[in-house]
Amino acid sequence: MKIIIPTPLRQYASKKDAVEVHAFTVKDALAELTNTHPDLKKHLYTDDGKLRAFVNLYLNDEDVRYLSDKENTRVKESDHLSIIPSIAGGKADFAKSQNRKIEF
Amino acid sequence: MLKISQSEYDAIRQHGEETYPHECCGVLLGRTDDHVRLVSRSVRCGNTRSDSPHNRYHIAPQELVRIQSQARAAGVEIVGFYHSHPDHPARWSQTDLEEAHWIGCSYIITSVERGQAKITNSFLLVGEREEDKRFEDEAVSVAAEVARFANGSSRQAESSNNID
Repeated sequence: MKIIIPTPLRQYASKKDAVEVHAFTVKDALAELTNTHPDLKKHLYTDDGKLRAFVNLYLNDEDVRYLSDKENTRVKESDHLSIIPSIAGGKADFAKSQNRKIEF
Repeated sequence: MLKISQSEYDAIRQHGEETYPHECCGVLLGRTDDHVRLVSRSVRCGNTRSDSPHNRYHIAPQELVRIQSQARAAGVEIVGFYHSHPDHPARWSQTDLEEAHWIGCSYIITSVERGQAKITNSFLLVGEREEDKRFEDEAVSVAAEVARFANGSSRQAESSNNID
């Protein structure tokens, strides 16, 4: 199966945008990925080994968190596993920002 | 530095005007060449923060998966994102920093005052990892045509320099 690497993590995956792995489950696939490219580990997992909250995993079009077996879901050679860090923000809490100058 | 075509720059600002008083958001596609992000195309996204769209934005991960897939097929990559600040300055907020995770990518912010796009700034998310990430001001160059060199062909003459 193929794991799709997002732009910021490619530097830790030999600059590849996709990595081919041979695995039975999503969990195995991620283990093989981080074994082959160990520098990825600290970007995907917290120090206590949990997947970082902002890292989304999509098996083809499905959010792995909502699959019945989650990371133990079986995978096929033709599957794509996408790693997608979340995109969010907004002007909320602007007053607390660290900005040096204000332009408006 | 971020280089973007006049048409895409205008499209981003127009998006902010259309969604006012809510925040707009989208993705920047292109490629990075010697630390310069060349934007060949912007993609509008929906803001899923229907509970607080006037001061928050969020792009559905499934939409990002689709955009990332289409970008790979087209031979480009995600080089950044954009959103608007309705009736607020075009500077990053603490929320913007806390929820930014694409280190090495550009984050464009446009201030929209009473429905009119005003200032557009870009900030580069830098750092080694999540724990030391920070935003740095990023110069923006609006070019007459960026698409060709962002897709790997010859560079085009630029008509203007920094915007701010």
